[in-house]
Amino acid sequence: MATLKDITIRLKSVKNIQKITKSMKMVAAAKYSRAERALKPARVYGTGALSLYEKADIKAPEDKNKHLIIGVSSDRGLCGAIHSSVAKTMKNEIAKLTGAGKEVMVVNVGDKLRGLLYRTHGKHILINCKEVGRKPPTFTDASIIATELLDSGYEFDQGSVIYNRFRHVTERPLIGYLFHAENMGVYDDIDADVLRNYQEFTLVNIIYYSLKESTTSEQSARMTAMDSASKNASEMIDKLTLTFNRTRQAVITKELIEIISGAAAL
Amino acid sequence: MMAARLLLRRAAPALRQVRGYAEAVTSATQMSFTFASPTEVFFKAASVKQVDVPTMTGAFGILPAHVPTLQVLRPGVVTVFSEDGSSSKYFVSSGSITVNADSSVQLLAEEAVPLESLDLAVRDTNKSYGFISILDISVSLFQPRCSPNYSLLISNKPTKSYQWVF
Repeated sequence: MATLKDITIRLKSVKNIQKITKSMKMVAAAKYSRAERALKPARVYGTGALSLYEKADIKAPEDKNKHLIIGVSSDRGLCGAIHSSVAKTMKNEIAKLTGAGKEVMVVNVGDKLRGLLYRTHGKHILINCKEVGRKPPTFTDASIIATELLDSGYEFDQGSVIYNRFRHVTERPLIGYLFHAENMGVYDDIDADVLRNYQEFTLVNIIYYSLKESTTSEQSARMTAMDSASKNASEMIDKLTLTFNRTRQAVITKELIEIISGAAAL
Repeated sequence: MMAARLLLRRAAPALRQVRGYAEAVTSATQMSFTFASPTEVFFKAASVKQVDVPTMTGAFGILPAHVPTLQVLRPGVVTVFSEDGSSSKYFVSSGSITVNADSSVQLLAEEAVPLESLDLAVRDTNKSYGFISILDISVSLFQPRCSPNYSLLISNKPTKSYQWVF
């Protein structure tokens, strides 16, 4: 049975934490609404960029050996299972591809992913990106990532981007994959130069789209996480307040008993 | 009843001239046009008559049932002719255009502004060649490996009017 002082200290700290999580939830809600508004045109843009691969029915050739995985997340935590789900999917993909004898390199967008993958898959990491998630992502950010990737000299044949796709504010984000393959036989009047430029541009578009979706998912997950944290904190406060009152009454009763028995002994 | 129909069908080829032309295009006669920049959508699966685009290999117009192609854009003006005959012009900095076999066209521009929001008067009074802005960075970061003949600087003024300099 804790003393009155301990309970008071605990109660004060839980109340402070509840204030913090409530304000974090409101900040996340504001950022989420902004991100969702920006996601609408970005979705049209991104699905337009991807529609080529759906319509032309381009299949990834099986015998290509060099793979690239881009994992998109962010630097900051307290957002539920966002980072761990992306990292888990990336680990599964790496295991699957190395099991099939392919060479895999990984680009981490977001410091959290680096922390999760560094120890076990450190030799697969090609590029790490920091300072992600503080400000809304722009097309410039996506082009910086793509330029770094293209300048790194890793000639990959096939790639996939693993990100959290945003569905609905109360649903858990899904993991989305995008594949980016090579043969374009049906298209007319294309020379190698144009094709290369086109593919580089499409790469940036895909990265931009996944960044936008990822930030929206992150903000909505942070909102729900902070909301449940605040609820848990208020439950704890209720329980602690009851314990506090009981303890206080017990202390008063004890003092009274002492006084009375002392008086009775005289 | 069936015999009569069969007879009719047999009779028809004799009356009609059989000519050997290329296979008729069975795909949609409507173009599903999507024109977007990373921050704004101008057309989404819209049905338009014609689109004129400036590409690295030359300017061309795209009508419905155009042969599938992929092209990279150069800085220039995109003109969209809609179904009712009116046209709208947009200035694009760079990007790509995809024409698919089912006559859908995706025009993805890195920066695109309607021509009306470009202020020529500002251009004439203020020739600041050294002005670099975030738009310029994105144009030059995304420069295709073949260099264009001219480069444009576009700056974003806080009053929401654009200034362009040659």
